[in-house]
Amino acid sequence: MTYDSPHSIIGNSHSDVLLKSVGTHLYYGDVHALKGIDMSINTNTVTALIGPSGCGKSTYLRLFNRMNDLIPNVRIEGEILLDNVDIYSKQIPVEELRKNVGMVFQKPNPFPKSIYENVAYGMRVNGVKDKTYIEERVVTSLKQATLWEEVKDKLKKSALELSGGQQQRLCIARAIAVEPSVLLMDEPTSALDPISNSKIEELIFQLKKEFTIVIVTHNMQQASRVSDKTAFFYLGELVEYDDTQNIFTKPKEIRTQNYITGRFG
Amino acid sequence: MTHLESEINKIRQAALEMMNMVRNQMRKCKEALMTGNKELALDVMHQEKRVNGYELMIDNDCENLIACFSPVAIDLRFVLATLKINYHLERIGDNADGMARNVLDLEDAWSEELLMQLQLVEVFDMVDEMMNDVITSFENEDSSQARSVFEKDKQIDLITDNALKIIAEYIRKDQDNVEKNLLLLLIHRKLERIGDLMKNISEEIIFFLEAKVLKHLSKN
Repeated sequence: MTYDSPHSIIGNSHSDVLLKSVGTHLYYGDVHALKGIDMSINTNTVTALIGPSGCGKSTYLRLFNRMNDLIPNVRIEGEILLDNVDIYSKQIPVEELRKNVGMVFQKPNPFPKSIYENVAYGMRVNGVKDKTYIEERVVTSLKQATLWEEVKDKLKKSALELSGGQQQRLCIARAIAVEPSVLLMDEPTSALDPISNSKIEELIFQLKKEFTIVIVTHNMQQASRVSDKTAFFYLGELVEYDDTQNIFTKPKEIRTQNYITGRFG
Repeated sequence: MTHLESEINKIRQAALEMMNMVRNQMRKCKEALMTGNKELALDVMHQEKRVNGYELMIDNDCENLIACFSPVAIDLRFVLATLKINYHLERIGDNADGMARNVLDLEDAWSEELLMQLQLVEVFDMVDEMMNDVITSFENEDSSQARSVFEKDKQIDLITDNALKIIAEYIRKDQDNVEKNLLLLLIHRKLERIGDLMKNISEEIIFFLEAKVLKHLSKN
């Protein structure tokens, strides 16, 4: 292999827990947005973060690839560990972290490039030169994202010509092409039609064999369908975190029950 | 009230109506058995058709609620529990219908002494109290009252065990009325079954309210 494995941060702890936050607080200036979050996420699982708007779930998601660093006046306390390594330590370059932690956003955001170049982009940025390797990864990633059959004859065409659902799967292919261990998804289907939605959900189910997925969703049914664990956030607190089946059949906290049954507020 | 809450309320009201209907059936059944009143027995059988109609309606409403609202947590448990309660109530109705048919088959009334020994009135009264417990519990969402059903079911089981010996002894003495007296054993068995069904209903109410599964616990 001509390409150095991106997994230099991880692979040393031999623990089932891949992501962990310990007493994590986040402040936007004076606003206390996350209040002491303790949570462990196991390898090859799907974890859904749910809660009303403004509860802190997207903020929490963005902690795992240091996206919050870009926001002025943000202050973070506590630890965020990836395979037992503190990702906010000065020894970990953000670029190195983001090779390990990919992200898919609410709205598909393909680059104004060809389908092929969109998927190859991350590898090129990471300095991969080997064309055969890049080609192999592009094909594999498009297949993993269940998009290959639809685009294999038009790889040189602009990604912007694809439908919304196809664009989102392309973004997933782009994210997994650099072989991250974690895939963060921030409401990845909220802008898609039901057919595209179910394709992405099926894709999430397939991808968890290779990746650890954390997904923010407002769709309760989606959370119950795709995730192994569900975390309910409210006003910056982690109210309840449990197996998804328990959350949706016998939640322990009345606030969780009120939210998932639509009786909130 | 949200749309989902109003749909759940509709099902709750229908289930309560069905409970009261079955309770009324059992009361008439008791009267028919004690007095040999065949008109009342026919009334019980007629009510069975209405109970069946309610069963179909509640089944259908629960199916629609699951399909259209994808309920979760306490709402999901409510629908799952109500589906089973509905089934158990219909079975109680069937047993009441069976006892009413036994009354219709009867040529002359049973001996009062035998009826007293068998404690049939006490068992019917206990079933009525159990009905009251499950109705109140379901309506007020209070699981403590549902729990009181378990003890009464045990008492009914004891009385039924004893009934076999009493009827056997009676048949030995009264060889001319073997079939007639055997009917009482069938009736006792139906009442015992009704006690079990009431216990099942209580377990479902506790599952709905507390998310606890009590089924088969005593057997394991």
